[in-house]
Amino acid sequence: MIVAERKPLSEIRGFVEDYYRLLVVGCGTCATVCLAGGEAEVKVVASGLRISFLQDEKEVEILEDCVTRQCEPEFVEKIQKRVEDEKVEAVVSLGCGVGVNFLAQKLETVPVFPGVNTKFFGAAVEPGVWIEMCAGCGNCILHLTGGVCPIARCSKSILNGPCGGSRDGKCEINPEVDCGWALIVERMKKLGTLDRLAERIPPRDWSTSHAGGPRKVVHVEVASLDDEKGETEP
Amino acid sequence: MKSGSNLERVLDAGHFAVTAEIGPPMDCNAEEVLKKARLLKGVADAFNITDNQTAVVRMSSIAAAVLIMREGLEPVMQMTCRDRNRLAIQADILGACALGIRNCLCIAGDHQSFGAAGRLKGHPGARNVYDVDSIQLLAVLKGMRDEGVQQGGDPIEMKPPLLVGAAWTPLGDPVEIRPLRLKKKVDAGADFIQTQGVYDVARFAEQMKIVCDMGLHERTAVLAGVIVPRNLGMLKYMNSSVAGVSVPDALMERMAKAKDAAGKDKKQASRNQAEEGIKISVELIEQVRDIPGVKGVHVQAIEWEHRLPEILKRAGLLPRPAATGKETVHGVESEDHGG
Repeated sequence: MIVAERKPLSEIRGFVEDYYRLLVVGCGTCATVCLAGGEAEVKVVASGLRISFLQDEKEVEILEDCVTRQCEPEFVEKIQKRVEDEKVEAVVSLGCGVGVNFLAQKLETVPVFPGVNTKFFGAAVEPGVWIEMCAGCGNCILHLTGGVCPIARCSKSILNGPCGGSRDGKCEINPEVDCGWALIVERMKKLGTLDRLAERIPPRDWSTSHAGGPRKVVHVEVASLDDEKGETEP
Repeated sequence: MKSGSNLERVLDAGHFAVTAEIGPPMDCNAEEVLKKARLLKGVADAFNITDNQTAVVRMSSIAAAVLIMREGLEPVMQMTCRDRNRLAIQADILGACALGIRNCLCIAGDHQSFGAAGRLKGHPGARNVYDVDSIQLLAVLKGMRDEGVQQGGDPIEMKPPLLVGAAWTPLGDPVEIRPLRLKKKVDAGADFIQTQGVYDVARFAEQMKIVCDMGLHERTAVLAGVIVPRNLGMLKYMNSSVAGVSVPDALMERMAKAKDAAGKDKKQASRNQAEEGIKISVELIEQVRDIPGVKGVHVQAIEWEHRLPEILKRAGLLPRPAATGKETVHGVESEDHGG
């Protein structure tokens, strides 16, 4: 999932200083699971802002909402409507960066501010601890590395690791960070495929990653269905 | 000959090779580089010029390499994958070769968060590159030299004549993967290898045995790394904080004894440790020289370059094969250059 972390309240307050009617919107998917921007966090942020404005004797109306996903039109429509009907001046999104982008695109004239810092694609390794596991580079090579991603999990994204900075299974950047290549070696030992690491991985074509510019995925069948629908329902 | 470099000639002739290191300054002072070059002329077959070593901005390795060539020294230009993408790397390689540089060491480079292990500010907020890794970089340079093609496939009319080298951390974790990783470097095109500093000679010898059993010693020239220890603190630091370096207790005790022998006299303690450090270095050079498959040494006297001539002389490695006469070796007699 996408892992995010809530921004400090003071930073969020700084964004919305000039508005008197705000909507704080959470997201019911990734941001909820990583405890950054679900229904509960919407309450926390909204209450925090209320208290903060009250302390400054400023009257600000703060509305709350949470949608299943901020990254799909059918869930966002509800927010669009509410913003319009209730004359919301600014929105604080507790969804990931995708949610902020998507809402901003839909709301056109109403500003949308980020309430979380979107960190990475990761998994919960223990309660309350998430670790980055995928870099979304667009051309998966996990079949070569025992299912452990060197691009996301090695600090240098080295494809033929480990570098000389691996120590006791940890990375040279920080003894708290696992060496991705130590994990790969460990995993491939268990799989009995360590010898496969003898194969050199050539330089990557990074054009599949963000290096190739903003990306787009088109599911041909679904996209064409949508076209047909458009034709039959003018 | 692949490059016609002095290092290549020395290795081809079967001499026990010596490389040393010159770290460029953190400013644009050419005289600093030239001074070190004059001090070290003739003590090694080639001199590594580090590339933003420990992730700290320094005079570029190409520029410093050209400067030492003016003094008649041969550079091994280091090139990290941290700071350049494949376009910049290949452009710099062509430029370096046009300027007469003939050796290149391909390394990943310390992560930008390193910043001289916290002793300097560095640029921890920098964005790194790592477009290619060190093994891929070797193959890119080999392709440019042997096939006359850029990594992207475009032709190169005048091929860059480069001896390409790689670093190797024989005792780095996970240790079982290290010989295999060396093989990948050799397969990718490493003509020579400079190892991380070796203090644990016995364990290094075990790794070299595996390397020889794999036949790698015949396909590349392994130069064992020797880092000159200046004092007990440095040995302790390297043992605890430098990945792939482990210092046996016996060496640590020797250094401690040298320090303690001076009692409360701090200056004497410093002199004692310096002398012990040099003794240890000379012994390490002699010991690694006896290990089958080792074709030379890479001696690093970090911020202590002026002691190198003495160390190499005591190790019986002077004069160098290419050195023409005694006058090319400076500073051997004198104990203290105050450098």
